[in-house]
Amino acid sequence: MLLGPSLGVSAILFSLGVAGVLLRRNAIVIFMCIELMLNAVNLSFVALAQQLGREGQVIVFFVMAVAAAEAAVGLAIMIAIYRHKSSVNVKEINLLRG
Amino acid sequence: MPASVGWVWLVVLLPLAGFVANGALSLLRPEAKRAVSAIGVGVLVLSFLIAVGVVGGVATAAPHSPYVLTYWQWMPAGGLEIDLAFQVDQLSAVMLMVVTGVSMVIHIFSVGYMGDDPGYARYFAYLNLFVFFMLVLVLGANFPVMFVGWEGVGLCSYLLIGFWFENNAFADAGKKAFIMNRIGDFGFLIAMFMIFHAVGSLSFVEVFEAAPGTFEVGGTTITLITLALFLGCAGKSAQIPLYTWLPDAMAGPTPVSALIHAATMVTAGVYLVARTNVLFAIAPVSSFVVAAVGAATALFAATIALKQWDIKKVLAYSTVSQLGYMFMGVGVGAYAAGMFHLTTHAFFKALLFLGSGSVIHALHHAYHATHRHEDAQDMRNMGGLRRAMPWTTGFMWVATLAIAGVPLFSGFFSKDEILAMTFVRGHDAGAFYVLWMVGVVAALLTAFYMTRMMLYTFHGPNRTGEQERGHLREAPWVMTGPLLVLAVGSVFAGLLNLPAILPGSGWLHHWLEPVTEGSAAYLPDLHLGSDTEWMLLGLATVVAAAGILGAWNFLKPAQLKPAREAPVETGIQRVLLRKWYVDEIYDWLVVRPVMWMSDRAFWKVMDVKVIDGAFVNGSATVARALGWVGSRFQTGSVGVYLFLFVMGVLILMRAVIR
Repeated sequence: MLLGPSLGVSAILFSLGVAGVLLRRNAIVIFMCIELMLNAVNLSFVALAQQLGREGQVIVFFVMAVAAAEAAVGLAIMIAIYRHKSSVNVKEINLLRG
Repeated sequence: MPASVGWVWLVVLLPLAGFVANGALSLLRPEAKRAVSAIGVGVLVLSFLIAVGVVGGVATAAPHSPYVLTYWQWMPAGGLEIDLAFQVDQLSAVMLMVVTGVSMVIHIFSVGYMGDDPGYARYFAYLNLFVFFMLVLVLGANFPVMFVGWEGVGLCSYLLIGFWFENNAFADAGKKAFIMNRIGDFGFLIAMFMIFHAVGSLSFVEVFEAAPGTFEVGGTTITLITLALFLGCAGKSAQIPLYTWLPDAMAGPTPVSALIHAATMVTAGVYLVARTNVLFAIAPVSSFVVAAVGAATALFAATIALKQWDIKKVLAYSTVSQLGYMFMGVGVGAYAAGMFHLTTHAFFKALLFLGSGSVIHALHHAYHATHRHEDAQDMRNMGGLRRAMPWTTGFMWVATLAIAGVPLFSGFFSKDEILAMTFVRGHDAGAFYVLWMVGVVAALLTAFYMTRMMLYTFHGPNRTGEQERGHLREAPWVMTGPLLVLAVGSVFAGLLNLPAILPGSGWLHHWLEPVTEGSAAYLPDLHLGSDTEWMLLGLATVVAAAGILGAWNFLKPAQLKPAREAPVETGIQRVLLRKWYVDEIYDWLVVRPVMWMSDRAFWKVMDVKVIDGAFVNGSATVARALGWVGSRFQTGSVGVYLFLFVMGVLILMRAVIR
């Protein structure tokens, strides 16, 4: 089957997500990178489910549900921050500095 | 057990009920003075009548061992079992009579003396409470119950010394009494702990039964126990070195001085030694210390009394001195003699104090009528009062003759017996002769200073003031009546224990035999030949006469000036007036070092530097520093957080996968 290439794509997507989270400054882009990581994980779940049974595919649905909820909350925060600061650049969001 | 003895709880509870009722009245209706008098005096009369029944029961049954009435278990804790129990025997019967009888008389006197005071209800509430605690003290069947009474009378003493607490000096006198007594109570507590450690019980009956088998004669343990007990006695009964609170305690109302600081509470120490006579007899060293301290106090206080101007201060030092005699008596092993002097002293000293109260009352009213502010207690403002106050003068003379030891008055017999017993002990230890001589000199001084007081107060010209003279009045019957009762006691109390050479002798001695027989085995036979006895009686008579006549001839009341115009004393007179500077010495040796330590060491170093500096502010500084370090990580930058987060995940993965 296509297990090896599937996991490879998953790893590449995940790494891209991590790199995006660490390197980008725009909060929405960081947010999309998090989604990218989640979906990379989903891909590896589905790929492995081919060999290990259907539970992996069930988990994917959970992940998608959680991701949807997270997106709703995250975007709401983003909008609130934008209204407040007219920017979503994380360099400018440091209200919690000790 | 006779049925009447079973009613002893009522004797104790009635004054407590009086305290509750009068306490409530003092808070709710302080102006209801008639009700307060009725309750305050009524409970005492009832209590006294029941006490007479109880003592009558003891007298008819003449029990060999004490009646112990256990009411409930108070403190069960492991091997320690303490019951709330009262003990009725011959010794507590004597105290029961003295306490309820003298208290009753003084309560009646107080109705007249305190009648105008706004704190009338509060006064009677305290006085009732005092009687309750005093009865607990004398009836307690074990050390802790006795200690409750011991502390309770101390509390009432404090409350009543500072009764006029608006006056700062009076409030301070109350505090002084309380603190000095704490030093003594420390000794009492230590003694209790040691007794429990050695015997395993604190009940009188058990301790005294076990004592001969537990302690060796003159052993270290028993000596320490009895010395610690005596420290308690020295505090409560105002002996050297803890006596200085008693003269200051005269700040309280005069009937309080009569009841608490002359007749009852201060004699508790003598009672304690007599109660624990078995323990003291096993510890001859402690007994000698008791006798020596007593003799020293008797002489020392008598010298101070020679030169006091405040009539109550004279009587206060006289009380300290007479208490010294009592300790001399119980110290030489003559426990009955000590209790005898306690009883006679209760009569004549209460009479002297109440008489002085009557005088102060008259002067106070005279000065009040003319709106002059003079010292109503200073004898230099008195003089010639016999014309205005014939009854008081007569009764005071009776008490003076009794305390001076004039033959046939009560004090003659009791003081002579103590001196005689001390003299007898001199046969086997010469040191007792020294104590005896000290006692004789103190007796001479007693006769002298008491006559001086009478001369300056009642004889010679009057120095109160021209306008005031017409206002001096004899006290009302409610005050002179109690004086009469006490005067009768002062004359006839001597019949309780006549010397062996007279018929019907030694009644009190035989009465107390069941209590003191435990100690008799450890003491030499205190018997003296009739020749010696006659000689001692004769000597006592000569001493008393010398003191009285000496004062009568030597002192010139006519030359005395009122306090305002009086010249300043010099030399030894000044030293005596200033009480040998003992208060000043204590101030330098104890008070100032403690204050200095408190200020410099405990406050400015320990409190400010260590507690506030190191602990309070120090811990705050450490917390702040740690917080500062922690806050350096909180940059607020999302990028940094994410970076750290990813790094953390990688490190964790590295650790898990391996």
